[in-house]
Amino acid sequence: MTVETVNDTAVRQTARESARKHGALREELIPILNEINRKIGYLPSAALEEVAAELQVAKSQVFSVATFYQMLSTVETGRHVILFCESAPCHVSGGREVWRRLRDELKLEPGQTSPDKKWTLVTVSCLGVCGVGPVLVVDDDMYGNVTPEMIPDILARYN
Amino acid sequence: MKIYRSMVLVSSDPQSMLLGAQAIFSRFQEEVKEFGLEDEVSVSMVGDLGRHDVFPLVIIYPEATTYGPVKLEDVHRIVEEHLYKGRVVPELQASVKELSGRIAWVNTRKGTLPAEQRIVLERAGLVDPTSIEDYIIHDGYTALGKVLSEMKPADVIAELQKSGLKGRGGAGFPTGLKWSFVSKAAGAKKYVVCNADESEPGTFKDRVILEGDPFSILEAMTIAGYAVGADEGYIYVRGEYALAQERLTNAIAQAREFGFLGKNLFGSEFNFDIHIHSGAGAYICGEETALIESIEGKRGEPRIRPPYPTTHGLWGKPTLVNNVETLANVPAIIRHGASWYKQFGTPSSPGTKAYTILGNVNSTGLIEVPMGITLREVVAIYGRGIKNGKTFKLAQTGGSSGSVIPASLQDTPMDFDSFSRAGVALGSGALLICDEDTCVVDLAKVLLNFFRRESCGKCTPCRIGTERAWMLLTRISEGEGALKDLDELISLADNLYNLSNCGLGQTAGTPIRDILKYFRAEVEAHIRLGVCPTGVCPMHREEPIPAYA
Repeated sequence: MTVETVNDTAVRQTARESARKHGALREELIPILNEINRKIGYLPSAALEEVAAELQVAKSQVFSVATFYQMLSTVETGRHVILFCESAPCHVSGGREVWRRLRDELKLEPGQTSPDKKWTLVTVSCLGVCGVGPVLVVDDDMYGNVTPEMIPDILARYN
Repeated sequence: MKIYRSMVLVSSDPQSMLLGAQAIFSRFQEEVKEFGLEDEVSVSMVGDLGRHDVFPLVIIYPEATTYGPVKLEDVHRIVEEHLYKGRVVPELQASVKELSGRIAWVNTRKGTLPAEQRIVLERAGLVDPTSIEDYIIHDGYTALGKVLSEMKPADVIAELQKSGLKGRGGAGFPTGLKWSFVSKAAGAKKYVVCNADESEPGTFKDRVILEGDPFSILEAMTIAGYAVGADEGYIYVRGEYALAQERLTNAIAQAREFGFLGKNLFGSEFNFDIHIHSGAGAYICGEETALIESIEGKRGEPRIRPPYPTTHGLWGKPTLVNNVETLANVPAIIRHGASWYKQFGTPSSPGTKAYTILGNVNSTGLIEVPMGITLREVVAIYGRGIKNGKTFKLAQTGGSSGSVIPASLQDTPMDFDSFSRAGVALGSGALLICDEDTCVVDLAKVLLNFFRRESCGKCTPCRIGTERAWMLLTRISEGEGALKDLDELISLADNLYNLSNCGLGQTAGTPIRDILKYFRAEVEAHIRLGVCPTGVCPMHREEPIPAYA
């Protein structure tokens, strides 16, 4: 997260810049939201309002898109986001055991953020690297052939 | 373009990158320079090399020697011994017993491993995917040249129809016919869309094509544009495929620079340009009308068909939507002709198919083989048998368009017609191989969980039906199922099939129908005997069932 979320002005500024960079076109809405999500870590309400104003569409339209796609989040996430693939190929290759260990280590249920705002745990559908399942992704780092024993080591890499 | 004595290819799939492929690539460049070999040896980073058990992988051509997993400190020795002194370093070579994918193909030339037939993956792993020059010297753009200088649009479509190519996205619709629909559709403005929203669980064939041979897709789309009368194309890449997006962006820039995209291509009147559109994580966007909605900047909710995109697609204009693998066949068909293409595969399903082999086999990865190969052959030859000497129980053919296939059907030739006669579907090409320890209730639960999460929510049968079916399966796996639940599951599967708006809902019930058709006794054991025969299911309440159960 690079922008302090309480700072409404900065959020609006970021949203405006991203919208304008993409020509403030409706067809660019998803790339715009993707970019803001990357910069701020999620899509605060103020950012969506700003995008709606720039694109001259109803805020509900922007909201409906922002809540549809899995890579976009309208709620604040932790400093590190863990994506765990729960599709069949990973599941069959030992994903169930990895999932249990991950849940126990973090003491989080899917979709939850830890009270210290360090972790957000998300379950996702196939990430397209099924040859090395089970797969999990922490921020931009991908881990394949994960075993339950690897979980503490992987988590220890982040602070 | 310079000719080199040796080519060093470093894998750059996500897993290799994580394990330092970039540093290994740079070290190779430094070492090659150190030994004064920079005029003789080229070093490139290529995409996914199709092998998913060893990372990072380095292949040296023309010998096709494979090293892996390569560590940074190994690079000096490989350069000194192999490239400078000409001696292979056996102890750094990737072990032969677990070969698959690209490597299997390479080694076939030496007669050690079963052959693949590569058409769509012909160049992936062989060429530098960041260099248009490398693409051109490997027959790149000869098909487009032929089309623009010798063929009328109708000739291109006729050739494609003659080839018998069918869509490789899952549905198997004849490609030439689809092209002719768009070509005949009224209107001056038309679009070509490449569906690269590969999200069927277990499928990553399109990613390997996009990462390893991005120019072939640009060439195919340009040919399609000429054939159907479109001057603009979109590639819709799923948001998770960052490397593929980077490769395509670079490829488009180079193609524009070299005059393979833009105005008056090959001195003709024909103009064509391509844009990339990134998805943001939604399985449903692989459905062609949802994909179109998403390009327009909306929620990816499927439209009601008809009208079909061939007449009312992107921004209401006639639009050709083809899958990556389908398009990758096109340049080869144009180059060699329809009769050449028809020699591969079966008479009703010519050509090859890329399959991802996953699950409980000794060797996982990506292969491309002629249509009509059987599941038994795939498991035994390319998967190198079931892991730990266990028995093959079933295969799941991937995502919404696939089936659960029992061992009794493993000798059915894998082509569109034989599969539909056997009452199962080929799907997108993912072959999830499951051994005797797999529980069918658990598997169906995982699959329904996927559909329930990915249902876009637009139509009720799918939104509620997938949720309800998942809940019933969860109950059975927790030892609280009743026999009447099976009747309800069947009725849900029927309703999903008959009443859903799009392919996601229509096929979401398939796993349920399949397991009750082929493995009913096993499912009933959960209910009648209160045991999971494979010991996978918890058989007690594990997670709180949602309040509205």
